[in-house]
Amino acid sequence: MRIAGRKITAKTLAVYTIAIVITAVMLMPFAWMLSASLKLSRDVFVFPIEWIPSEPQWRNYVDIWTKIPLALFIYNTSKLTIIVTLLQLLTSSFAAYAFAKLNFPYKNTLFLGYIATIAMPWQVYMVPQFLLMREFGLNNTHLALICLQAFTAFGVFLMRQFYMSIPTELCEAARIDGMNEYQIWAKIMLPLSKPALSTLTIFTFVTTWNDFLGPMIYLTKTELKTIQIGLRMFISQYSAEYGLIMAASVVALIPVLVVFLSLQRFFVEGVASSGLKG
Amino acid sequence: MSISNTATAIDHAPADPRRKVKALSKRRRKIQDALVAYSFIAPNFIGFAVFTLGPIAFAFALAFMHWDGSNAITFAGLDNFWRLFEDKAFIAAFWNTVVYTVVSVPATLLCALGLAILLNQKIFGRDFFRTAMFFPYVASLVAVAVVWNMIFNPEMGPVNMILYTLGLDPKDMPGWAADRHWAMVTVILFGIWKSMGYYMVIYLAGLQGINSELYEAADLDGANSWQKFIYVTVPQLAPTTFFVTVMLTIQSFKVFDQVYMITQGGPGTSTLVLVYHIYNEAFISWDLGYSSMVALVLFFLVLAVTVIQFHRQRED
Repeated sequence: MRIAGRKITAKTLAVYTIAIVITAVMLMPFAWMLSASLKLSRDVFVFPIEWIPSEPQWRNYVDIWTKIPLALFIYNTSKLTIIVTLLQLLTSSFAAYAFAKLNFPYKNTLFLGYIATIAMPWQVYMVPQFLLMREFGLNNTHLALICLQAFTAFGVFLMRQFYMSIPTELCEAARIDGMNEYQIWAKIMLPLSKPALSTLTIFTFVTTWNDFLGPMIYLTKTELKTIQIGLRMFISQYSAEYGLIMAASVVALIPVLVVFLSLQRFFVEGVASSGLKG
Repeated sequence: MSISNTATAIDHAPADPRRKVKALSKRRRKIQDALVAYSFIAPNFIGFAVFTLGPIAFAFALAFMHWDGSNAITFAGLDNFWRLFEDKAFIAAFWNTVVYTVVSVPATLLCALGLAILLNQKIFGRDFFRTAMFFPYVASLVAVAVVWNMIFNPEMGPVNMILYTLGLDPKDMPGWAADRHWAMVTVILFGIWKSMGYYMVIYLAGLQGINSELYEAADLDGANSWQKFIYVTVPQLAPTTFFVTVMLTIQSFKVFDQVYMITQGGPGTSTLVLVYHIYNEAFISWDLGYSSMVALVLFFLVLAVTVIQFHRQRED
């Protein structure tokens, strides 16, 4: 068989069939979510599945904003995510520059401090961390979550690995030109490290936006809650309102989808390199 | 260390005044350089030390204490450790974590490898397929877990409806998250679905690192696709596979969120995992010392995997 001048073999056909079937299975929950978000709750479980609702209930997308303070949850999450991501990018790339390009006493010891904790599950020390935050009076504040997520070993490590691959001669040349270290970092290193910064942005953004256990432990006041625990609260309060739950879920997914799709080119590279060079 | 070394070097230097001035300015220069470097590190390191290193040290100490968070801390010695062996919930959580790991690590790994090989071929729309596979990994867990529970709903969910249309007797129908025999399966399936796209990307990078001459040589020797896979791809991917295994194992040891959202650790203790037990002991029972002891068990499990990884890397 030939299509558009190319020979289609049985193998190609099999590859496409498998790829399409797996993709369909992978995306099925999202399709279900989208479809159910436009249905009346009693129609959600009708079988055979009606993928495109005959009478789309757009009202669901209006009602969710009044049933729970969804806008407030989104505002809280955005605020946290943006602050954490900025702090993470800034402090990690700053520290990583020193670890990659400067010499100073205790450099290896300090770096070892980061490396030693990189595989340490947060769950091992989440309890003492909570007690410490409570001691600082930060329990039930957004600041607690910012402090907890903005200074990670992972960020410093990822940025340092990338800076190591930038030739040191570049920094030396800049020093001869009379730049100080802060200028070298701002004018040479930062512009060169876009792929690493993008990777770190997505990782931090996605983790902070989707974080569940952190906000669940720290934030008990409704007005402070993030979208994930807000959604969870919604699910337990209106457990039978399937249409509304699905609509709220779709809304919670959109920001991550946007960030992911716009930066995914860097992300795939980043996952690959951070994974293997590590 | 080297600041004090420099100081001793100066003390022993010959009493040539010119040299002394030079050495002093060199020393000053060195201190200045170090201060600049520390100013780069400080913003991150201070936060890291206070909010990560400190609590880690505290966690180790707390495992040997009794504390409910409000009354005085008392020293417990090994009490918390011995309690582990009598705590039925801990034993269940430990074995459930092991089962989760033993099943989901190889299953996710094989799925990820299969996907990577499939999507490493030059097919139309390859980027779309890759993005689609990856998307569950970044999607909000709360949102997708609730969909998962709906799809696997024992009475009305489409999965059981399909099984019913295929002729399965309603009596034999799996109860998924509500069924003590199927709850773990439901959680594992969810985990595989959610994370395999991520490991697929790592495998794709591994596949692209294989020298194509190896395949050409195999072609010359008349190898078929299967032989090429077994004798070229698999051995060449060994470092990637090792890395993926380690990552997946650590991830499986600390599984929590998906269990919390799909089964709440139940029915009974059938899906209770270590982190769930840590959470319960700390934030439900306020038994902070004991909870830290369970956390220590988790730590040693992860440490064991990391040590194995370290030795493997040195051998390579």
